Amino acid sequence: MTRPVPPAERSEPDLPGIAAVPGAEVPSAPGEPLLAARDIAVWFPYGSQLVARLRHEERLLRAVDGVDLEIARGEALALVGESGSGKSTLALALAGLRRADRGEVRFAGRALPARRRRADQRRIQMVFQDPYSSLNPRLTVGGMLRELLRAHSVVPKSRVAEFSRELLALVGLGEEALTAYPRQFSGGQRQRVAIARALALQPDVLVADEPVSALDVSVQATILNLLRDLRAELGLSLLLISHNLAVVRHLCDRVAVMYLGRIIEVAPAEQLFSTPRHPYTRGLLAAIPKLSQVADDTPAAVLGDPPSPLRIPSGCRFRTRCPIAQARCETEDPVLTATPGDPGHRVACHFAFTPLATEAAGERDQQDWP
Amino acid sequence: MSDNVLELRDLNVRIATRRGIVRAVDGVSLEVPRGEAVGLVGESGSGKSMTLRAILGVLPAEARVTSGQILLDGRDLVPLGNAELNHIRGPKMSMIFQEPMSALNPVMRVGRQIAEGPEVHLGYSRSRAAERALELMSRVGIPDPERRFHAYPHEFSGGMRQRVMIAIALSCDPEIILCDEPTTALDVTIQDQILRLLTRLCRESGVSLVFVTHDLPVVAQVCQHLAVMYAGQLVERGDVREVLLDPRHPYTLGLVRSAPDFDYVRESLMPIPGSPPSLIAPPPGCRFHPRCDFAEEDCRVTETPLRMLPGGRATACLHYERCSEAAAADRARP
Repeated sequence: MTRPVPPAERSEPDLPGIAAVPGAEVPSAPGEPLLAARDIAVWFPYGSQLVARLRHEERLLRAVDGVDLEIARGEALALVGESGSGKSTLALALAGLRRADRGEVRFAGRALPARRRRADQRRIQMVFQDPYSSLNPRLTVGGMLRELLRAHSVVPKSRVAEFSRELLALVGLGEEALTAYPRQFSGGQRQRVAIARALALQPDVLVADEPVSALDVSVQATILNLLRDLRAELGLSLLLISHNLAVVRHLCDRVAVMYLGRIIEVAPAEQLFSTPRHPYTRGLLAAIPKLSQVADDTPAAVLGDPPSPLRIPSGCRFRTRCPIAQARCETEDPVLTATPGDPGHRVACHFAFTPLATEAAGERDQQDWP
Repeated sequence: MSDNVLELRDLNVRIATRRGIVRAVDGVSLEVPRGEAVGLVGESGSGKSMTLRAILGVLPAEARVTSGQILLDGRDLVPLGNAELNHIRGPKMSMIFQEPMSALNPVMRVGRQIAEGPEVHLGYSRSRAAERALELMSRVGIPDPERRFHAYPHEFSGGMRQRVMIAIALSCDPEIILCDEPTTALDVTIQDQILRLLTRLCRESGVSLVFVTHDLPVVAQVCQHLAVMYAGQLVERGDVREVLLDPRHPYTLGLVRSAPDFDYVRESLMPIPGSPPSLIAPPPGCRFHPRCDFAEEDCRVTETPLRMLPGGRATACLHYERCSEAAAADRARP
């Protein structure tokens, strides 16, 4: 695991531009995480809201439904879950690209307003999944960086060209890239450009939403190594969103598992992988194809499809697919609770600490769908 | 070796483009034993999908099979026209695509899409075909088939759509199913369900699979045999676990080293340097030599056809012993 680099060590001798900008350092209140989400919820209205009001029903898709999350400086946190679990929406809310309908995002001990100021925007930058659609096809890489550096006055005008070259060198691209258009790059190179663009604003937190899913295996490795090195060199905090737990295991210190808009388990990475406590996390881990194992006739690790986020089950939202669900799960929504003696490992399951959970891990339900 | 459902013999596919002729599939020979699954892996552009499309006879208009044979049950498919192939696609072989939403007919009820094959190819009556569809739907694990029969594809989730695709592929009892990245678009829990389903169906009905993917752990789940493609050629072939654990071609080794494995966290992943060559003017000698750590002078000049090794394996590498040693050293590291 890479050691988080404290802020004091941030300026690298060979990267003079990267940390030497006044105001780039954010004083972090002691004891407060760098970035924190407090009860964040993001809802999407659907259908006719008028009809909804007349019928006294609610037509809201609760993509993110009350999430608390903290990222320390220099930490790499992974957000994993199935599609539709709300992980990307949460990332957009954290990066300030989507307004949260409830809750607040705190940065370095201060709540960020719904409309972020430029100085705040800079702190949290995003890298998207598809490097083909997230770069402007009509701008050269140099033009793109120039626009960004000027708009945010990152460096004086005279330094823009030099700084752009430094950025490209940081992500392993030569300066000939400055005059090239995105279409002239391969997928992996484009993702490097996207990372350079995010780093141009000298963020403290890099949010990477499935940064390697669109790339070939051999190229994935180069981007994963790059993210790992950048984190060590620049002391960046990283929020990695991925459905690939092998990637997560390779890169992250801590993992949060999302299911239907909620975090259902969060723990240090190795602990989550060795002793998962939520039945969903267990299933997710069992479902990963491994080189050392053959698919057999035993029932799948997690049965059924995830329910639609339009119709979130009452009580525990995982109960419709849960092998150990009881009557209580139907009525009572479990809260994220710390494991006794281990405050870093929190689980939202009524039976996480009972023998029921461990027994069920062995013998899985035979029945198909509820 | 006699009981192969499918045999490719020195298959060549060329694509005519404005910039020249692309050697998309270059001398590929492959056997698919009856009732077994063969994985075909490689990066995008390695020719794996083209090989699959050539077998099915659905190459793009610019592409042609220029030489070689595709033997299905001993019968060569290459000279056959579309009319004849139509009698083979369905009852003899079928296909499962990566994106079920674009492969299914969006304005036709799911049940009827499954029933169509038996009606057309097996001469079933409409009601008998519908019964067959219902039976298939429950076999692939679609809950409540009677109701779901009348649904449209958009009403299904991704995993359920893929189950529908599998039901369609099975509908005429084919001998072989060609799968093109069937689980790439799915979530890991759903992927797990589909892989188990395919394994069960394979065992129950004795159907063979050709399974194209870029995901090595997925191949290890389903297949018994593995063939690795690079730049239009087959570079390694053998038992799936043997090939993945003890690669005898540097490209396979590169794939294994660059993919993060859940069970084995490396300090740093080892990407394959460089990028795949142009297939219009591929490098002389071994096509992998410009990216290869073990390349010698002879790799630059000698053609490297697939050579048989003891134990039913085959490699195209001239210096595969070194690759074997490197893989052993990898395994020895904690």
